[in-house]
Amino acid sequence: MKNINWRLASNHLILLIGVIFMSLPVWVAFSTSTHTAETILREGLQFWPGSNFIETYREVMFEEAGVMKSVLGITMLKNSLILGIGFAVGKVIISMLAAYAIVYFRFKLATPLFWIIFLTLLLPLEVRIIPSYEIVAGLGLLDTNFGLIVPLIASATGTFYFRQFFKSIPDELLEAARLDGASPWRFFVDMLIPLSKTMIAAILIIMFVVGWNQYLWPLIMTTKEENYTLVIGIKQIYQILSEGGELPQYQKAFALTIMATLPPVLVVLFFQNWFVKGLVESEK
Amino acid sequence: MATVKLNNIKKVYPNGAEAVCGVSMAIENGEFIVFVGPSGCGKSTMLRMVAGLETITKGDIEIDSKVINNVSPADRDVAMVFQNYALYPHMTVRGNMAYGLKNRGLAKAEINTKVNEAAKMLKIDDYLDRQPNQLSGGQRQRVAMGRAIVREPKVFLFDEPLSNLDAKLRVQMRIEIKRLQRRMGVTSIYVTHDQTEAMTLADRLAVINDGRIEQMGAPIELYNNPKTLFVASFIGAPHINLIPARFENKKLVCGNLKLPGFKNLPEDIELVLGIRPDFLRPDTKGQLEIQVDLVEQHGADNLVYGALKNSSNDTELCFKTTQNTLPDIDSNLKLKFEQKHAMVFNKSTGERLI
Repeated sequence: MKNINWRLASNHLILLIGVIFMSLPVWVAFSTSTHTAETILREGLQFWPGSNFIETYREVMFEEAGVMKSVLGITMLKNSLILGIGFAVGKVIISMLAAYAIVYFRFKLATPLFWIIFLTLLLPLEVRIIPSYEIVAGLGLLDTNFGLIVPLIASATGTFYFRQFFKSIPDELLEAARLDGASPWRFFVDMLIPLSKTMIAAILIIMFVVGWNQYLWPLIMTTKEENYTLVIGIKQIYQILSEGGELPQYQKAFALTIMATLPPVLVVLFFQNWFVKGLVESEK
Repeated sequence: MATVKLNNIKKVYPNGAEAVCGVSMAIENGEFIVFVGPSGCGKSTMLRMVAGLETITKGDIEIDSKVINNVSPADRDVAMVFQNYALYPHMTVRGNMAYGLKNRGLAKAEINTKVNEAAKMLKIDDYLDRQPNQLSGGQRQRVAMGRAIVREPKVFLFDEPLSNLDAKLRVQMRIEIKRLQRRMGVTSIYVTHDQTEAMTLADRLAVINDGRIEQMGAPIELYNNPKTLFVASFIGAPHINLIPARFENKKLVCGNLKLPGFKNLPEDIELVLGIRPDFLRPDTKGQLEIQVDLVEQHGADNLVYGALKNSSNDTELCFKTTQNTLPDIDSNLKLKFEQKHAMVFNKSTGERLI
């Protein structure tokens, strides 16, 4: 008989309880989404998957009037992807360029400017949402991807991370590159971008998830159904469900929730190696 | 290949600190110049001003009789080897060496030939496809030099390139740098705080202190004939023996010790007598007496240390002797020096009097 390491066992027990606590609601949501509306109404939430999986998800994703009046689930998924990717890519580009300017170029007020950017961390979107809306509406950009994404991409967090990273790159590298005849642009492309690869990946992942979960801004920016993102769709579907005398379509609401959760989970799963590397590694 | 000229260059930092205060020198074609001095003396700043990495506050620098104060570092046609190598960590050895050529718009085939040639010369042709983090310190240093050589610059600049290597490798690389420089005949400026490196590498040596050149000349000239106390104590290993003294009644006086044979010295100021360890030898008629407290055996030579007797303060002397001379610890030993090897300095100004 082997001795049981009680310490290790109890550690695992605690972890297991944590995992169950976190994932059980998601599991129940998934299971319930695979049952028919009648079953749910009669028997409540379901713990084991039912037989209605294909039908529910097809209706939600591909059928007109499946969830909303006209927009398809797949269209909302596409809108969400555009927002998530545009948001993440835009943030990385803007914050990298800003950090590059702050760290490597000598210009007046560089440090105060950085701190002003940094201070905007304290101001969430909600504080400036009315002026932002006013500007975007004034430019006639409501209901466009451009208007949806661009006002969000200035990023103090990203700028701060990149600034810290650039500062940790030894000066000699810049000097060697200058002697090798690299222009500022070439230095950025040939040195900084490859060196920040893992950093870029980590920020892309974080920002994709943040962008994906944006709610308030897309809500007020989009007026037409075909521009809804999944996160907004969930909100709307509950409204639709509770109206009228029909049978509430809970399984569809759950299905849409699962669909909205899936992409960020997949992104983190696939890129977790990069993500961890970007946060801990410092190979310079 | 080129000549380099510094005309009264000065560097003042924005906070008012003066790093280089008016340095002039003319470097001949193909010469190997070493700047040596303690840390913070401004030697690296001078090198970086030649490279274009520091602005020049005053004066100008000429390469091939052309003032280059406002020429960008890339267009000065100089190559630099850094102390921490500064290799591009994400590029292979080949990529590192080719980068400068690529930026100059050379054709791929030409770049390849040049890189291969330089790699062969430095014996790094086996590692061309590795990344810097897969190389040892010595190999990285070679790659850094390869990156400089490949460009065939007018001037090589070395900023303490061997400081990060272990002692054995340092000696080996030192010899290689010297050979390489001879072979390529490229004008070079080399910064170091290591006096052995300075002595062995330099065609001419500039000893720098507090942003000024104390003395410049052939290494052996500086060793034999230092103009100041600073140069005398900086150049030479082991360190020169320095004995505080005064000149009274035509004798050099140090405590109870009176040394005859000195002439024409000022009487009322503090002096320092300097004698190199190489020029002291045991002799029963010696002028100085020490009580031996340590013998270091270096192999061929022994270094004997002891406290100078009859002096007013604790002055440690050291002399170099052969393998077989092994005086007992605590024994007394008389040491003799030739008058011509004695140097006398003014203690406060550092100026050499004899």
